[in-house]
Parts: sequence; structure tokens; C-alpha cells
Amino acid sequence: MSDLENIREEVIPLLCGASSLSELEEIRVSVLGKKGCLTELMKGISSLSPEEKKTFGQKVNELKEEISRVFSERKLFLETEEINERLKTERIDVTLPSRPFIQGRIHPVSQVTEELLAIFSQMGFKLAEGPDIEDDWHNFEALNFPKSHPARQMQATFFMKDGGGDILRTHTSPVQVRTMESQSLPIRIVAPGRTYRCDYDMTHTPMFHQIEGLVIDKTTNMGHLKGCLIEVFKAFFEVEDVPVRFRPSFFPFTEPSAEMDIGCSREKGEFKIAKDKGWMEVLGCGMVHPNVLKASGIDPEEYQGFAFGFGIDRMAMLKYGIPDLRTFFEGDIRWLKHYGFIPLDIPAINRGLSLNGGVKR
Amino acid sequence: MKITLKWLKEYLDTEATIEEITSKLTSIGLEVEEVSNPSAGLKDFIIAEIKEVNDHPNADKLHILKVDTGKEVLQIVCGAPNVRVGLKGVLARPGVKIPVSGDILKVGSIRGVESFGMMCSARELKLGEDHTGILDLMTEAPLGSSFSEVLGGDTVIDINVTPNRPDCFGVLGIARDLAASGIGRLKDLSFVPVEGKFSSPIKVKLLPSGCSIFTGRYIRGVKNVSSPQWLQDRLSSVGLRPISALVDITNYLNIGRCRPLHVFDAKKIRGEIEVRYAREGEKLVTLDGKEHVLTSEMTVISDSEEVLSLAGIMGGEKSGVSEHTTEVFLESAWFDPMNIARTGRFLNIESDSRTRFERGVDAASSIPDNEIATRLILDLCGGEASEIVIAGEDPRWEREIQFRSERVKTLCGVDVSREESEKILTSLGFKVKGDRVFPPSWRPDIEGEADLVEEVMRIYGYDKLPALSMISKEMPKVLLSSVQKKEMSARRALAERGGYQAITWSFMSSEKAKFFNSKGVRLGNPIASDLDEMRPSLIPNLIDAAKRNSDRGYPNVALFEVGPQFIGSKPGEQEAMASIVRIGKNHGRHWLDVDREVDVFDVKEDAIATLGAVDAPLSGLQVYRNAPSYYHPGRSGSLCLGKTVLAYFGEIHPNVLRFLDIKERVVAAEVFLDKVPSKELRSKNQKAIFISSFQPLFRDFAFVMDSEVEAEKILKVVRGVDKNLISDVQVFDLYEGDRLGKGKKSLAIEVTIQPQEKTLTDLEIEDLSNKVVEAVKVATGAELRR
Repeated sequence: MSDLENIREEVIPLLCGASSLSELEEIRVSVLGKKGCLTELMKGISSLSPEEKKTFGQKVNELKEEISRVFSERKLFLETEEINERLKTERIDVTLPSRPFIQGRIHPVSQVTEELLAIFSQMGFKLAEGPDIEDDWHNFEALNFPKSHPARQMQATFFMKDGGGDILRTHTSPVQVRTMESQSLPIRIVAPGRTYRCDYDMTHTPMFHQIEGLVIDKTTNMGHLKGCLIEVFKAFFEVEDVPVRFRPSFFPFTEPSAEMDIGCSREKGEFKIAKDKGWMEVLGCGMVHPNVLKASGIDPEEYQGFAFGFGIDRMAMLKYGIPDLRTFFEGDIRWLKHYGFIPLDIPAINRGLSLNGGVKR
Repeated sequence: MKITLKWLKEYLDTEATIEEITSKLTSIGLEVEEVSNPSAGLKDFIIAEIKEVNDHPNADKLHILKVDTGKEVLQIVCGAPNVRVGLKGVLARPGVKIPVSGDILKVGSIRGVESFGMMCSARELKLGEDHTGILDLMTEAPLGSSFSEVLGGDTVIDINVTPNRPDCFGVLGIARDLAASGIGRLKDLSFVPVEGKFSSPIKVKLLPSGCSIFTGRYIRGVKNVSSPQWLQDRLSSVGLRPISALVDITNYLNIGRCRPLHVFDAKKIRGEIEVRYAREGEKLVTLDGKEHVLTSEMTVISDSEEVLSLAGIMGGEKSGVSEHTTEVFLESAWFDPMNIARTGRFLNIESDSRTRFERGVDAASSIPDNEIATRLILDLCGGEASEIVIAGEDPRWEREIQFRSERVKTLCGVDVSREESEKILTSLGFKVKGDRVFPPSWRPDIEGEADLVEEVMRIYGYDKLPALSMISKEMPKVLLSSVQKKEMSARRALAERGGYQAITWSFMSSEKAKFFNSKGVRLGNPIASDLDEMRPSLIPNLIDAAKRNSDRGYPNVALFEVGPQFIGSKPGEQEAMASIVRIGKNHGRHWLDVDREVDVFDVKEDAIATLGAVDAPLSGLQVYRNAPSYYHPGRSGSLCLGKTVLAYFGEIHPNVLRFLDIKERVVAAEVFLDKVPSKELRSKNQKAIFISSFQPLFRDFAFVMDSEVEAEKILKVVRGVDKNLISDVQVFDLYEGDRLGKGKKSLAIEVTIQPQEKTLTDLEIEDLSNKVVEAVKVATGAELRR
């Protein structure tokens, strides 16, 4: 029985029986450490013959390998034991609420505006804008509202106290004029914004939102107007088909003029796009009046086009089933939380127009 | 505009059903808002007479009736107190629906006696509120006839007439449009002029007055009786109260032919009639009993002494007709629409006459309508008429408009043949000669070719408009102008930070605005006294909304708005803002994170996050203490780019909050979106990034300094020590306390050193640290804390 054999006989059972990682490490050091028994034994190798050296070296290596293997196995075992032991004590109530995170909301009017812009952008409409305080020229005169004409009284106007006849715009149509005055032809724009009328009851608020559309080129006609609006409302309401009805109407700044109704049902207060269930008026539109083109320096013999305008708030009410217009402007956080949209829900045609950004919390 | 079916048929021969008529009206631009027939539901109710009245054996208040329906005699149990033999009433037989309840009547047994119907009260038929007894009719109608016929009910059609169509403020105009669209034929409306028996004793002097033509007629020996039933029915059915024949005739022609007339009591006219402008300050008490002070721009009819009536708007109280009137002077005239509109608006008088004149009454109708009215007066009131008196002449209304029929195709995309167009125009009363079209006298709205295209198209049918594609051939251009793009980004950024987007009024109370740097941009006619100024800031409306939430039991609020604030009352004097108000705690109580009051650093980050979202160059921002006076002077600041203020943030001044009746602290931030340089003006290219492969080092320093020294200054100095090696500097502790002494503070910073080309030696690191300490000391006097 050589010394090596003795070491093996002694160490292997010790390793196998080690009850902790520290004990295991101690045993390893006692054998393979600087002052370990095997290390000590190795010091005697210099006194051996080359032949003996070779044999002895081989045996030492074999023993080393064996000890390492046994050590690793035991170590893995003990580590697993230790983890299992820890798992027994580490337990938390995962039903507790997660860290506070407050997610804000986007107002439905802004959301619906962005939905509409996403749609119009697909048709090549650019965005235009104009001021909330307007002069008589842009809001009325250039739009072919003669002074004192009853048509002006259709729109209860807010006047500035010392504005020399300036007013709060009663519609987004002055942006038509501003665009024609400043942009080169052809024109294809939409302009959403705040509008104001001196009116306050169940269905009217003194401030509301409209979106205006204007197309001017050499060939666009009323058929394009109809086609455009049908496409827009199909996309907006996210349905395969929208029944529409065009009726002759009157606006000073369009000729011919039309109002558009969409077919819908309103059962138990719920609005649905539907055929043969009745009509609801949604917008006014028409071919831009030659006087309006002339007022902006455009020759009506060469250019023509259409214009339309409709209420954004109303579209939000219809699409998302919001019952009362007046609640839009109260800033009640319960209302905003319920009807508002999370910031990641950014309307885009390619992802589906609405409710594509995740679930509200 | 309310008309009735019977009234329509005075002018229109048609077999069309009410559904066909109303649907056609809407499709040609005369939008039907409501169709109603009060008697429609009463068709199955019949006239019946009580033949016998007997007591009920089992009930004191009930009677057993024998009722004759003309065909049979029915037994009916009835509780009404007014039953008597011979009473003719309205019988509901089993199977009919009772209007007031909607229930179907059944054969019933009442206290053991069978009843085969019900005698109805007014309320049960929804004809009124009376329920004290059953209807007791004075009717000659045979028993068994339908009650709806006896009632003479007429279908009422309520039409939304657009302001460009004065002719359709008359039933005749509507009939004409219907005839042109294929619903029936316009009746022959020719009339025989009345032959004058004498010369009018009242002459008319037409002065410059806004009146083109004034026609009159003296009629003597009239009796102002009650109107005949048919005329009373006409007026009642559209909601007008019959008064007397003379008054009713003017109302009848007003509604029927869009012809406002006036009838004076001739005995009250002194001297001759003058049509003139009022004298400044002249007074008139109108028919409604109100006194008006007139100006020299208003057209009046006066006699030699005083004003008799406000021309085209309302008659005077004094010269009006009464039941004693025997001599009348009839007026049929044409007044300038603008003048009538201005006067009506100035004096705030609404009348059926004004409604028509200000839109434009048929320019050629003054004389013919005088004839028609005279004839009606003679027919209904007797008497004899003078020769017609005419002053002035019809206004010029003849116009010639070029009409290229192919314009229907180019403007509407619909092929309508030249013949078809001509047919439509002719049927509407236009004259067509080649490519020239002459509109009729009753269509002042027709000004140009586009109007003619609309006329053709509206009768041809808007339902024939094609739906043509608008899809662009090119790739869509960038949709957004830069301010709107910024507004969208700002909204998403603030919502991401927990803000709820409100939309509040653009106006507010001027009382409150005073506290928020009011620019005095006031409304002349505010909707309410506390909404009288265009807001100089979004903050006050947001604070109001936050307070409302807090009052309702939701005290932790972060509300933001993106919209305009106003710096002047001229177009364009507005700024695009993204503003936020926070109040209460940062979140509700939570087992993991302790809640805290919201503070300046919440809203500072709101401002920075918003600026970041709209592409503002954040690294160039500087913080100053120059927020407006409604902020707390010690707890507010601004974020600036050079001299341009991009945002304010801070606590709202306690004085302002006291005025707004708010006890808690409120923090707010305002970002000026249109002051942020647009991305288009800056390069889109990013500098290439150099990623070092060496480990960064972190060194902490704590400096003691005077309290006034601002952290930003220290950070800036440290960053500047070695821009190549120092990649970041953060404040991780602030201490102010007794151990440092009064007026001192300690600021601890962590400096990130990022070696770029090689690892740094201990000496180099030591050297850099010393430079940091030295630089801070030189710049601020701060000492390294020992």
C-alpha cells in the first residue's frame, strides 16, 4: 500500500461525507492546498529516478483527477441542497399589488383628431391651421357671407371687446381662405381646431372642435367629394361599408352645397352604422363657391374643388358612445380615465386605427 | 317652416303619398324635420250617440250606457259624470289603441257588467288635458263616421328652409319645387285683378327709404268678422292663432305665398302715407306693445303726423285693425333685405314678416299680391275696393347668367343632357335661351353658373352623384405642420408621465385672469360673466378643474392641457402651450412606495420630458429664476435656450391660491411649444458614437458651500473640467443642517470618468480629482467636505 493509496483511502470517503461546502473546501485544501498531503508527497519526486518519476507522476495525476471529480460531484450536491434549503424559506405573497405606476390619458377629442389625420394622410391631405381669433374677412367676407345676411346669424358669433370687429372663429372654414392665400396650387389640406359659438345647452357648448377639408385643383368634382367622404367614414368607423346620403343644402361658401347623412341605428342609445334604419346628419360640404376662389385670387374658370367641415367632438361621441357633449370640457379624471386613451395607443392605419396600443389600467 | 298637406294641395295637384312627398322634399334640399298628424291615430275612433243611461247595479259612480254607432247599439260601462241621453261622443271599440296609454282596448267586465267599448275623454285621445268627462261634440256628422275626419286633421310638415330660399318660406314656393321634381303639377294660379270702384282717398308718397315699390288699396265698408273655418284650420294647423278675418288673411298669404302684407285701420291714418326713413329718435309702439326708439337708417310707414309701422317688420299698435274696423288701407310692398335685416337685428324684433323680407320676397309680386289680398278681403269681409295706388316700381331683378350645361359634368361628375338641364330650369321658372338663363323674380339667390348647376343637380338627384376615388397617386407627404406635431408629442409625453389630458374653455374669468398676467383680451359678448376673457395662461382653468376633482373626493390630480393661450386680441396673437398642474400626492398610499406631496421637481421633469418629446435641444437648456409672478418666487424657475424661455415650472404663489380658495400646494409647468426650434431647422444627422472599451470609474465628492450657490453651477463646472473624460455628473445628496452651520449646505456628487483610449493610472485619476475640487472651489468657493 503506497502513500498515494493511503491518501485515496482516507480522502475519498471524507469528500463523499462532507456535510457543507466549507467542510468540502477544507478537505480539498488539506489534500491539494500548498501544505496539503498530496502536495507534500509531490515534493519527494525530485529524489526519484526518471523511470520512477514517470510512473509516480502518472499515479499522482490519476489521483488528482479522481479527487477533483469526487469533489465536483459533492460540491454540486451540496449546492443544490443549499438552494433547496433557501427556497424553503424564500416565499412571498405574489398577489400583493405591484409598484405604483400611474398612466395618464389622452382626451378622446385629441385621439379622434389623430385618427382622422391618419386617414386623411393616406389620401395625401396635408395639415393646415389658423388662429382662434379671426377677422371678419377670413371668417365671413371671403367666404361669401354678405354683411347683414341672415346666414351670418346662423352662427352665433363671439366678438372681441376691442378687436375692431375681430371675432372668435365660428368654424374652421377661415383656414380654407388662409390656405388659398398662402399656398400654391393645387391644394389638398385638412385643418382641425377649436371653434366657438355663443350657444350653451344640452347639445351645444360655447367651444367645440371641427375639422375642415379643402381640395383645389383643375378636375376635382362632387363625385370625388362623395368618394372621399365615404372612404373616410368607412376607415373612421372601421366598418366594411357606410351608407351615405347626400342632400342639397345651403352654405354661402359652397355651390353646389350638400349635407351628408350616414345610415345608422340608435337602439337603446347605442349608435351603430346600419342600412335602412334611419339617417343622421354628420356634415356640410360642397364645391368651393366661385366667389370664395375669387376672393383668394384663384380663377374659378381654371380651378375648382371641394370643401367640407364636421364636428370632431360629435364623431368622438358617436364612435366611442360618449353620451353628453358638456362632459368633454369638465376635466373630471374619472371621465378621462374611462373615455380617454393610453399614451401608447397612437392611431395609425397600418396597426388598425383604434385600441391598438394595449389595455387601459 | 310649417306647412300642411291640405295647404300644399291648394297649389299642387298631386296623388303622391305623404311619404313620397316628404322624401322628395328632403332630397331636393327642403329638409323635412318632422311630420306629424294629431288626428292620424284617431282614424278608428267613431262618432256615437248615447241612447240610454242606466245605473250600474254594483257601483254608485258607474253607468251602463246604450250607445248607437249607426250600425248597432252597444252596451258600455262608463264612469264619466257628464253622460246624458243624446250626447254625441267619441267611441273606442275593442281592438283600438288608446293614444294616452298606448294600450289596446279589450272587451271587459266592469263590476260584473260587460262593456263593449269606451267613450273617450279629451285626455285619453291626447287632444288636451281635460279628463273631467267624456267628449261632448256639437257635430252633424253621421254616427259611425271616423273621428279623424270630423276633427279635420291635417298632416303638418316641418321643413328646415335654408336662408337662401325665401320663396320656400311660402307654401307656393315649396309646391313649385315639388312640381319641378315630378311630384304633381302646379295649379293654375292666375287671377282676375280687382276693379277699383273709386280713387283711394289716401295717397302714398315714396321718399328715399329702402323701399322700391309700395302698393296700397283703400277698402271701405268691411266687416272684420271671424274667419271661415277653413282659414282658421289652416292657421291653427301651423300653430298660428286665428284672430280676425283681416289679420288672418295677412297671415294666410304670408305663409301661403311668402307675401308679408299690412292692413291699416284707414280711419286712423291722418293725411297721406309717407314711406321714408325714420327721424332720429322717433318712437313707435309696435303691435306687441313694445316701444322702440328709431334711427335714421330704419324704413317706416308714416302718415302726415307720425310713424304708423316699422316697414316690413311689424305694424304699430295704434293703426292696427280691430273688430270695429270698417275702412282699411292695404299695403303690399318690397323692402330692401339688408335694411330689414339690420333694423330687425338692431331692435331685436323677430317676426314672420322680417324673416321673409330680410331673405328677399319675390321682387315682382307686390302688385299681383295686392290684387289677391284685396280679393280675399272682399270675399271674406265684404266692402268695396279703391283703385290700386302704386308708388315706385319693382326693384330690378332681371338677370342673365351664362350656363354651359357641361359644367354639371365638370363640377358634379354627372352627365346630365342639355335638354334635361333646360327642362329642370324651365320647370323651376327659369327662362332659357341658348346658353343664357334668366332666373325668375322669386329667386334672388341665383347669382351665377354654379347656382344653376346646383339647381339642375338638386332636381336631377344628388343620389346620382358617383363616388370617385381620391386616393393620391403619389406617396403621402409629411402630414403635420411642426406646431401640431409638437402638440401631439407633448400630449403623449405628459400622459406617459401620468397626466390626464383635459380640454378646458379658451376663455376664463377676467377676475382670475388678473392673477395670471392678464393681457386684457376680453370678449364683447361672453356666454357667462365668468367666461369673459381669453385665457392668458392654461393654468387657472386647469387649477379649477383640479379643484373640482379634489372637491369630489379625488385629491391627487395631474391634469394637463395642450392648446392656445392669448397675448392679444388680433388674429395670430396666441401661443401654443402644453401646461400641467399637479396637486396632492404623487400616488395613493401603497405598501411598497411611500407616497409624498407632489413638488417642484415633478413639474420640472414634466417640462423637461415635454421639451424632450418635441425635440428641444435639452443639453443646451439653462435654468433661471424668472418665472412669472403667479409662481412662488423661491420655488419656481424657467428653462431657457439662450434668451428664449421654453418653459416655466414651480409652485403656484400662495396669494394666488388663497384667491382661488385652495389650501394645498399646487405645482405647475408651462411649455411654449412654438418657441422650441423646429427640427427642420436643425440637422437630422446624429454624430457617430464612439464606444469606449474601457471600464468607467465613479468618484464621489461632497462639497460644503454657501446655501445660495446653485447646484447647476457646480454641475456645469465639473462637466467642464475634462469634457473628454467626465461623461456624467449627478447630485446624489443634499444636506443642510446644524453640523454645517447656518447658511451652509453640502452637496454630494458622483462623477463618471470614462477612459477613452487607455486605462487611467492612479496618478492620472488623482490628478483629475484634484482638478475637480480646485475648479469647484474657484468657481463657487465650495470646499471639499472633510
